[in-house]
Amino acid sequence: MIPLAIENADRYVGGAYLVFLLLLLIYVAIMAAKLSRIQRELGSLAELAERRSGETPPRGVGSVRGRDQEIEAVRQGGR
Amino acid sequence: MASALQSITLRRLAIATVVVMGAGYALAFLYAPEDADQGFIQKIFYLHVPLAMVALLGFIVAGIHAIRHLRTGDPKHDARSYVSIHISVIFGAGVLLTGAIWAKGSWGVWWEWREPTLVSFLIVFLLYATYYPLRYAIEDRERQARYASVFAITAGAFVPLNFLAVRLAQPLVHPRTFSSAGGLPDSMLLAFLVCLAGMALLWATLVWFELDAKAASANLSRIRRRLEATT
Repeated sequence: MIPLAIENADRYVGGAYLVFLLLLLIYVAIMAAKLSRIQRELGSLAELAERRSGETPPRGVGSVRGRDQEIEAVRQGGR
Repeated sequence: MASALQSITLRRLAIATVVVMGAGYALAFLYAPEDADQGFIQKIFYLHVPLAMVALLGFIVAGIHAIRHLRTGDPKHDARSYVSIHISVIFGAGVLLTGAIWAKGSWGVWWEWREPTLVSFLIVFLLYATYYPLRYAIEDRERQARYASVFAITAGAFVPLNFLAVRLAQPLVHPRTFSSAGGLPDSMLLAFLVCLAGMALLWATLVWFELDAKAASANLSRIRRRLEATT
């Protein structure tokens, strides 16, 4: 049996809780970096989509209005 | 709609985690008495033991998701299994670090190789640490998910067996929590149970958060592929 060496208990307790907080902080920092990458990618995709909608005529693919017009045209036998 | 509902639930889960953990550690430090044998250093118990229990349960949950994945072939179960293992490995690292600090304060050493509880937990931790190289060594996504599921089931079954073996083994210095010989006093038990609930909520919040981030990333890739294909 190893003899108990209880000394500076508050230092060890503080250290243990600090290590746990540090681990959580590192995880949160990594996740924040991932989320900022997703945000950047979302921005670049929005740019790409805007550029494409500028290139195409007003009845753009995927736009709600464009899709409504397509449905209406099919309904009236215009296509 | 579904993602809006999910984010509301994640927010609620995060708030519940903060409240329950706050209450748990307030109880541990302000309400639960100091241990007669160990003194103030025993307060690490309220962090170390819930971390260990939740990490081990997380590995079992990962195994259950892996079974679901193999039965249905649905990739969402594979993602859940992967994220459960990921968060449990992080919690496992926390268990080893806080345990080492507690050992140094109580026994005067950072590690004791003759103690079955310590060594068995290290084995479980190292076993799950091999999950990542195994998973990413396989390029084919379907095969990767299938092999990872088989690993998660096998290792998940090993966890309770390992736990049982440790309980049956002769302890050297590590105390047996909730053994038949002398349980915790009511005030300590209450603080411990609230800390355990808080830790379980933290695990669930982190798993949910990471799954949401993964889903967002996958959706973005899909949109990008679609946009680039129509360019």
